[in-house]
Formats: sequence, C-alpha cells, structure tokens
Amino acid sequence: MMPVLDLPTLWAFVIAFAVFAYVVMDGFDLGIGILFPFFAPGPERDSAMNSVAPVWDGNETWLVLGGGGLMAAFPLAYAIILPALYAPIIAMVLALIFRGVAFEFRWRDAGHRRYWDFAFTTGSVVATLAQGITLGALLQGIAVEGRSYAGGWWDWLTPFSLLVGMSLVVGYALLGATWLVMKTEGTVQDHSFRLAGRLAIGLIVCIGLVSAATPFLSSAYYQRWFAWPQVLFTAQVPLLVGLCSGTLVVSLLRRWEYWPFLLTLGLFGLCLLGLGVSMFPYVVPSAVTIHEAAAPDISLRFMLVGASVLIPIILVYTGYSYWVFRGKTGHEGYH
Amino acid sequence: MFDQFDALLLARFQFAFTVSFHFIFPSFSIGLASYLAVLEGLWLWTGREVYLNLFKYWLKIFALAFAMGVVSGIVMSYQFGTNWSVFSDKAGPVIGPLMAYEVMTAFFLEAGFLGIMLFGMGRVGRKLHIAATLAVAIGTFISAFWILSANSWMQTPVGYGINEAGQFVPQDWWAIVFNPSFPYRLVHTVLAAYLTTALVVGGVGAWHLLRERTNKGARVMFSMAMGMVAVVAPLQIFAGDMHGLNTLEHQPAKVMAMEGHFQSHPDGAPLILFGIPDQEAGVVRNAIEIPKASSLILKHDLNAPLAGLDTIERANWPYVPIVFWSFRIMVGLGFAMLALGALSLWARLRGRLHDWRLLHRLALVMGPSGFVAVIAGWVTTEVGRQPFTVYGLLRTAASASPLEAPAVAASLLTFIVVYFIVFGAGTGYILKLMSKPPHRGETGPEAGPDHPIRAAGITPAPAVDPDRTLGAEA
Repeated sequence: MMPVLDLPTLWAFVIAFAVFAYVVMDGFDLGIGILFPFFAPGPERDSAMNSVAPVWDGNETWLVLGGGGLMAAFPLAYAIILPALYAPIIAMVLALIFRGVAFEFRWRDAGHRRYWDFAFTTGSVVATLAQGITLGALLQGIAVEGRSYAGGWWDWLTPFSLLVGMSLVVGYALLGATWLVMKTEGTVQDHSFRLAGRLAIGLIVCIGLVSAATPFLSSAYYQRWFAWPQVLFTAQVPLLVGLCSGTLVVSLLRRWEYWPFLLTLGLFGLCLLGLGVSMFPYVVPSAVTIHEAAAPDISLRFMLVGASVLIPIILVYTGYSYWVFRGKTGHEGYH
Repeated sequence: MFDQFDALLLARFQFAFTVSFHFIFPSFSIGLASYLAVLEGLWLWTGREVYLNLFKYWLKIFALAFAMGVVSGIVMSYQFGTNWSVFSDKAGPVIGPLMAYEVMTAFFLEAGFLGIMLFGMGRVGRKLHIAATLAVAIGTFISAFWILSANSWMQTPVGYGINEAGQFVPQDWWAIVFNPSFPYRLVHTVLAAYLTTALVVGGVGAWHLLRERTNKGARVMFSMAMGMVAVVAPLQIFAGDMHGLNTLEHQPAKVMAMEGHFQSHPDGAPLILFGIPDQEAGVVRNAIEIPKASSLILKHDLNAPLAGLDTIERANWPYVPIVFWSFRIMVGLGFAMLALGALSLWARLRGRLHDWRLLHRLALVMGPSGFVAVIAGWVTTEVGRQPFTVYGLLRTAASASPLEAPAVAASLLTFIVVYFIVFGAGTGYILKLMSKPPHRGETGPEAGPDHPIRAAGITPAPAVDPDRTLGAEA
C-alpha cells in the first residue's frame, strides 16, 4: 500500500516531530541530570545546571504536546498504550517531578542541596529509563483486545525493553555531555569531552544491539527491513548511522565544540527514522494502524489549522529564548 | 480481595488527589503572573523603586509555584490515558483537541518566556522584559480558557455526535468550545484565582505589617491586595450566583445535592443552612433551614416549586454529603472574604489601613482561605457531576482503564508519598521566602545570598547595553 498523505498520516508526522523536538531539547537536559554525579559540587555543577535552567520548562512542554497530541489525534492508541505501560509512565511522571523542582529547590535550600542534586540525578535517570522502556515495550508489541489493552501490568518488562531503556540513558547522557562541550569551557568542558568519548562508544554499541534485535522481534519488522527491493532503501539508514558515528568519534578526538552535539542529534534523528520504518503505518505495532486509531477528520482538521500556524511561531520564540541565553555559561565576556 | 470496584475507586481517588494538588498551583500562579505584570508596569510607569522590589520579591515565589504547577500538570496530561483510557478513547476526539490547543497556545507561551521573565533581567531591554512577563501572564489565562472549556464540555456536552465505536465525534467546534457552562465557569474560576492571589499577597503584607508597620513594600502590597479583595469578592459572589443558576438549568441534580434537596418542594423550597445529609435514607438530618429562601435565591420567587433528587433515578445521584459540605465551605469563605474586603475599605476611608492590627490579623488568617475555597468549589462541581465523566452520557464506572487494583493502589500510594515530600518541601520554601520582609535592593530569582554563582551569569552579557536593562536599576 502506498502511503497517502491524508490527515492521520500528517498527524503521525506532527507527533513524530513533537517526539523528536522533545528528544532534541529535553534529551540534553535529562543527560545533564544523568551526568551530574560526575561533576564536582560547587561551580562545576552550578554551571552545568545554569546551562539548562532557563529552558528546561519549554523543553518538557514538547512531552506534553506528544502525550496530549497522541490523545487528540490517535485517542485509541493513547487509550491502549498508556494502560499497557502503566508502571513506566507513572515512574516517568514522578521522576520528572523530582528533577523539575530540583532546578528551583536546590537554590532555595543550601543545607539540603545535596539531596536535591540527588533527586535531580535520580529523576533524570528514572525518567529516561522509563521513556526507553516505553519505546522498547511498544516495539515488542502490546496485547490488544477490542479497543483496549489486554495484557498484565508487568508485560512491559523484558530484556529487550530494558536494553532500549539503558540505550536511551546512554544516548541522553551523550547529548548532555556534548551540550556541555558546547556551552562550557575549562575543567567542565575537559571533563565533558572525556565523558562524551566513552558515551559515544557506548551509544554506538547500544544502537548496534537494538538494531540487531529489532528485526527479530517480529517477522513484520524483518520483512520491512530486509525484503527485496526495499532493502536498497532501508539499508541507507544503517549506512548513515555508520557515517554519523564515525564523524562523531572524529569530532570528539579533534575537540570540535559544536559538531559532537549536532552529530549526536543526527544519530537520534536516524534512530527515529529507523523506528518509523519499523512501525509505519502501525501506531501499536501489528495491532492498530494510525488510520484505525485516528480521531475523526473533523478533530484532526481543527487541530491542524492551529498546529500549522502555532508550531512555527513556537519554534521562533523558543529559538529566541535560546538566543537570549546563548554563549558559554559561567564565564562572563566569552564569545 | 481486590475487585473491579476497588480499582475504580482507587483510580478516582488518585485523580482527585493529583488534580486537587495540581489546582493549587495554577490558582495561585494565574493571579500572581498578572500581579507581577502590574508591578512591573507600575515600576516602569512611575519609576518608584518599591514596585521593582515587590516585583522581584514575588518573582522568586512565582518561580517556585510555577515549577510545581508544571510538574504536577505533566502528571495530569498522562493520567487521562493511564487511568481513564476508555474515557480517553471515547471523549478524546472532543477533549483532546481542546487540550492540544492549550499546549500550543498556552504552555509553550508560558514556558518560552518564563526563562526571560525569571532570569532575563540584565539580558534584554525593559520593554522586552515586560513583554515576556505579559506573555507569561496571558499564557496562564489562555491555559485556563482551554482547560476550563474542556472541563465545561464534560459538564454540559453539546455539539457532538456518537459514532459506531461509541466515540464522541465533534460536529460544531464553536458550540463545543463555548458550551453552555463554559463562560460562567471561566469567569468564576479566573476570579477565584485573582481572589486567591490577592488573599495570599494580603496575608503576607499583613504579616510584615504586624512586625514592622513602616515597611514600605509591605504597606504597598497590603494596600493593593485589600483593594483587590474589596473589588473582586463581591464580583465573585455575583458570578458564583450566575454560575449556580446556569448549573440549575443544565445540571439540576448537582444543585439539588448542593442544596441538600432530597425532596421536591412544590410550593417554595427552604434554604438549608446546615444539617447532616443521609444519602441512604435520602434526608438531611438536624437541618437548620430558612423556609422558602432557596426558591427565592434560585428562582427569585418565594413560592416557586423546586424539584428534588426524588425526581431523579437513584443510580444517577451524586454523593450528596460531599457536595453539600464542600459547597458550604466555599460559600462561607466567600462571605468571609467579602467581610474582609468591606472592613479594609472602611479602614482605608478612616486612614487606618496600615495600623489597624485587628485587620492585619484577620487578613493573615484569611491568607490561605482562597486555596481552600478553590478546592472546595472544584470538589462541588466535580463530585456534583458524578456518577458521570461526560454528564448524562458516559458513566465514571465505564470510563476507567482495565487496570488491576494493586497497580492503581501502588501508584496512588507513591503519588501520595512523593507529593507530600516534594510539594511539602516546596511550600516550605515558599513560606520561607514569604517570611522575609521585602526590602530595598531586592534580588530576583537569578541571584541571592544562597547562590552567588547564578548571578555570575548564565551567559555572557556584553552584547546588552547595561544602561538599557532592568538589572542596572536594582
């Protein structure tokens, strides 16, 4: 079947875009949380925190758009996926509470700053792990009966979902490290370069493992990736991943400041593309397609009018806000 | 030992708990954002330093309240799916787009400009800074607009059809967004937020006046807050009355529960002031009542007949004792606020606003009353909608996710523990900030004695001309 660009397909792209925007923006600030214990208390941690404090709230809003958008555009998928992933979703929102308030609380309570730093890290790790597990569990399939989830409340926990969870922790940590490479200097930057090098190797291994495992989760995925002649097309994805990975390693060895972050984003983009190749046109793999899950056209059209005007505006003022807080943190007068 | 009923009850309790906690923060930050915009505007207009100091004083508190509102709100946006999946599937096509618009028009606006509002003094010019403050303030209002539209549609659903899968399918978006109860609920809720904030600001001002009568910041904030209470409290009582009449028209069972009218009164219904509703027996015991007064209020006629819950099938009754009491708490506090506003006006006319200690004590006690009234009002309207999620169409019992009770019990317990730790600590920090008097040279959230590092700069600021920035004034 040829994919036609109808309203459900358009909305699948809008939501994929929201998810990617979320990963691009919240990925690095969750990553900084994950790496927090590796930085010394005091100026190192403070400048790492300062580099994201003005923007984290906006970053997290993309997650709300992803969740809210899924409910609005694909209510059936939202109604099946969220109960199926009850424990990881609840863990994620609770973890986000801890790390979100830590941004403010650590400045208000010097006596307990260690605890809020711990909350910041634990919250970031758990939220990331939960997001990865959610993705892994979705990929491996969800039991559906009629219009609802039909499995147990531990179905999400498998070696594969844990692998994806761990991979995302490594991936976000790399985004965080490369962000700090870009936004800091001196000891924090040196430190970040070293961490980024190890994490880059780790992420490349993880991508390899997940990619190797995915086609064997179901024959549909295998067909999708290896059937002739579309293998000519799908094979471009792993090739580009390889190219991107190689350049990333080089950029870190040569201590380039901007490229490591951008190339890591490139890797994330390619993984999302690969995910799209595996899943499309399903939203709950091998159970519910985007057309089956889609809200009526009148709902999708009503939202699309707003989204097509508002999302570009949002991107402009989000960009402006980043621009206001541009440059290196914690060191005045640097260009 | 767990059956489906337990899972449902636990899910309802979890939603009530998380939404009540969440509602506290926006009901404060909606009003506080506007207050901050007013303070910044007054500072720019008059050039008086006291307004800048007050702006920075409340900005630190706003940063904390807003962060807690954001994180408790993320919980809500996922809880519809985790715990109310059948509702999400069926009502998603109507409710979902309204919430998506809330995210796109409000959440991003608030979040996008919050960074500049909190940390941007010294980085952008004055006009841009107040524009950011206004963007955040307007964002909080737009957020209230959409989420209350969605909630109101659940109370008074119109403009929909139902498809073969049992989903509500929108037919007329204008009718859906501006559904019959929405204008009343919006006005009543936004006024409640302004009143809540005014009472908090007044309480803090009163606390500092009791300790140091000459504190300039405390005098200004107390005067502004009491002025606001004096104006808004009567407006709110009027708006509440209008909202009640609207509810009588569209959701009579809710009003019957609020009034405690189990029985119909063909020739004038009494106003039950207090009593003990007995849901099983269908009577209000030990009632203290004013004959015919309820008909006078609701129908503007002493002898107008009023139907009671006996005209409604028992399976469709809301749980009367909760609605009955929460309504009385809200109304009682509303009249106490009216009295506070009136007393403050009297004191103002006599020139005693800043040295009448009794008034200050009263304002201090009333400081948190707005939160109690807001929660009580929310309980009234939400419990009064039961046993439906979409009024008259989708029963609460048929809306929940197919979850096992232990899963919901575990999450509920975790929510309770986490919320008390996190929001307990956060409230503690807010009270700590409030306990310090406002003073000259007040610092904003970007700097302070506890954290000099942050003041050193999130970014280099050489590109900004220091004479043009807000920070240079402070």
